[in-house]
Amino acid sequence: MNTLVRRSFQAFNTTLKISCRAFSEAGINDKIEKIVKNNKVVVFMKGVPDAPRCGFSNAVVQIMRMHAVPYESHDVLSDENLRQGIKDYSNWPTIPQVFINGEFVGGCDIMLQMHQSGELIEELKKVGIKSALLTAEEAKQGEKKN
Amino acid sequence: MSSASGIVESTIRNKLLTILESKHVQVINESYMHNVPKGAETHFKVVVVSEKFDGLPLIKRHRLVNELLAEELQNGVHALSIVAKTPKQWEESDKLVENSPNCRGGFGK
Repeated sequence: MNTLVRRSFQAFNTTLKISCRAFSEAGINDKIEKIVKNNKVVVFMKGVPDAPRCGFSNAVVQIMRMHAVPYESHDVLSDENLRQGIKDYSNWPTIPQVFINGEFVGGCDIMLQMHQSGELIEELKKVGIKSALLTAEEAKQGEKKN
Repeated sequence: MSSASGIVESTIRNKLLTILESKHVQVINESYMHNVPKGAETHFKVVVVSEKFDGLPLIKRHRLVNELLAEELQNGVHALSIVAKTPKQWEESDKLVENSPNCRGGFGK
């Protein structure tokens, strides 16, 4: 009985692996889910914040730096499985990808527009992060009053 | 322009014009700015002005464009910068399209 189950499982597993070859492996979804749910702000990027390997990823890093946002970053270039997995997870074809409070927010273009419109400050506020730009603005207003 | 637009560029332009009934479309091949072979069609910036974006938040607009270009994105295009505006927003803007960030080597270097 056991052999039968084992054999059919193996066949199933192989089929699963073959059909998944074009995509990421099954476990990556759970791994990504854990990462985005356990951290307020997550950036999936090419390279690392100190050394981005892509202009678009770098733009996101710079925006985060301006707002002094504490975030978790993951380098997709160091993990091919993650590189494909994150695209499947968020159903978004490009890197970088920013998650706030477990939800996919956007890539470089969207982050840039949110930064310019002030929407990013609002989104960060919702998760309890005060943007450094907001602090600076308030300090400036305070000085004007005095 | 030195040469005719590539196949991918033309396909993208046609899709954006017809399916989104765009009032204005710009498809800019930015591959030359990146660490890829000459003549590559891997990095694009698209400017799309369409009524269909009305009422949609940014991310939904981008997802709409992504879905439209899903085939291209699965076959070679791996960077897509999107400017998606309604005709009203486009008219009110300065209509200037900024350059995308400079390449930082990518996987190559």
